[in-house]
Amino acid sequence: MYVSPVREPLISGEKSYSKVTEDIYAPMTGKPGKLWFGGLTLALIALGFGLFSIFITVWDGIGTWGLDRTIGWGWGITNFVWWVGIGHAGTFISAILLLFRQKWRTSINRSAEAMTIFAVMCAGLFPLIHMGRLPLGFFIFPYPNTRDVWVNFNSPLLWDVFAISTYLTVSVLFWYMGLIPDIGTIRDRLVPGIKKKVYSFLSFGWTGSARHWARHESMSLILAGLAAPLVLSVHTIVSFDFATSVIPGWHTTIFPPYFVSGAVFSGFAMVLTLMIITRKAINLEDYITKAHLESMNKIIIATGSIVGIAYITELFIAWYSGVVYEQYAFVNRAFGPYWWAYWIMMTCNVITPQLFWFKKIRRSFAATFVISIFVNIGMWFERFVIIVTSLHRDFLPSSWSMYSPTWVEVGIYIGTFGLFFTLFFLFIRFFPVIAIAEVKSVLKTSTEKFIKKGK
Amino acid sequence: MQQTTFVSGYYLDDKDLVEGIKALQDKNIEIADVRTPFPVHGLDKVLKLRRSRLPRAGFIAGAMGTAIGFGFQAWVFTEAWPLNFGGKPYLSVPSFIPVTFELTVLFAAFALVFGFLLSSKLGPGADNVIFDEEVTNDRFQILLEVSNGNSEQLQSELQAVGAEGVQHHDV
Repeated sequence: MYVSPVREPLISGEKSYSKVTEDIYAPMTGKPGKLWFGGLTLALIALGFGLFSIFITVWDGIGTWGLDRTIGWGWGITNFVWWVGIGHAGTFISAILLLFRQKWRTSINRSAEAMTIFAVMCAGLFPLIHMGRLPLGFFIFPYPNTRDVWVNFNSPLLWDVFAISTYLTVSVLFWYMGLIPDIGTIRDRLVPGIKKKVYSFLSFGWTGSARHWARHESMSLILAGLAAPLVLSVHTIVSFDFATSVIPGWHTTIFPPYFVSGAVFSGFAMVLTLMIITRKAINLEDYITKAHLESMNKIIIATGSIVGIAYITELFIAWYSGVVYEQYAFVNRAFGPYWWAYWIMMTCNVITPQLFWFKKIRRSFAATFVISIFVNIGMWFERFVIIVTSLHRDFLPSSWSMYSPTWVEVGIYIGTFGLFFTLFFLFIRFFPVIAIAEVKSVLKTSTEKFIKKGK
Repeated sequence: MQQTTFVSGYYLDDKDLVEGIKALQDKNIEIADVRTPFPVHGLDKVLKLRRSRLPRAGFIAGAMGTAIGFGFQAWVFTEAWPLNFGGKPYLSVPSFIPVTFELTVLFAAFALVFGFLLSSKLGPGADNVIFDEEVTNDRFQILLEVSNGNSEQLQSELQAVGAEGVQHHDV
């Protein structure tokens, strides 16, 4: 087998197959540390506060939010788009990078996919709560209801319902099918007892038979082929929510590619933020190496630059169009009352990721951690800028208004962080964070010395 | 069910496994099953496994999703309850595409996953026999089916091709 002498090994430390199993299984054994309990407690407190805020919203109505007749979408939709965007990294890593045969994805795909699922769950909450009355959620589904009326299939908001629910379903299927062999590995490490029974049930009776593997691989490849256009479609459709409205600042054809690259950009940043901490916390330094960091940071530069070009294109087209409303919308974004949000967005999304052109920076865990948080903040502000500054001053100056969130809206946002982290902490405790079988399959191609020792 | 007995042996390296299988096949010994911790490249060719029909199942289900998705929307807007949305045509094909696409993907994904589980007889509550718990760790196991009590002969054949831990299993 050919091994590149130049390329860095994907997994450092010259592991054997059983060492890989041991390393990835280790964080699931023994008593969880103080850090884990502390983190989970914090997450649960945040989740509780979020649930209380949702309760207030449902009990008192949407009037508890800072929205008014001019600004009908505020933090709720900002957070929705932000969370959906965060989710895009997982599918990008596991589907698109699988099709491109990027083997380094095996160390991060499992946790990134988990983040996708959790982030989409957080995102899905917002449109539901935004209805103010939760039972209205029924009417977004096309079913033969007593009113005999169907939903409007011409509306991007309805496309969103289909896109997000399909995305969540397919992501869960893809993720779980990938987990089955690894749950089997965990099952076989456990001593007989209730825990073993549970994992045995969850492993679906996995045996590792060559026939099963052959089918599993063929299924994974086709699922990846389906998930790749799916992930692109999801944020495209989210961007249609805006692009098909006749609002200056929203009504642009550039939105789909701009939103998709923004989503991958923010998703990768979130995966980096979390994995840099996780690899330290549960000793996976050999599996998530500087080479992984570098590869991911390269995607961050690429997508971040596309986002930057999109911002500038928007400005140019606003000027070039000669439409006064469109021109005003962009002047108002940059120099109006929300100028600070615009410049936070510009700094975090356009300037900071350019630092990754320096090799030292893109291979540094500390620098990447800081920049990834900047990107997360910047991408949140991007959505805030698009939504709020476009709405708050539209055609009729008499209805101009200002928007700031109430504690209820902030509370719900904090609550989704609670939900996300609660699920994430449970995930790293009860499931293998790294795809064990997939890492084993790339072990040899990556380490010349291992081949020599194995022979 | 008829009682089957197996003889098993394992290797610690995937290359040795493939060589071992080839050596056994040269002696016309039929391989009942091979169990590995991860998909071994090229094993399906060596074992002459039939190409999976899952892609076909996925395609058919996807095509059904396309037809159902588009057909349903067209039926709703032209037959069931034609509504005038801003003067757009009732059968406005472009705006039916997103939902049609999503349903295509959804149907195909379900067909692939359930096709995989059913054809492999895997699923919640499946209770398959695991001969060696180290297979999911680092052992590449070969299983040979015993017929007419030739267990001992098969065991020595396995040992001859360099397999370790050769033993007999009654199921």
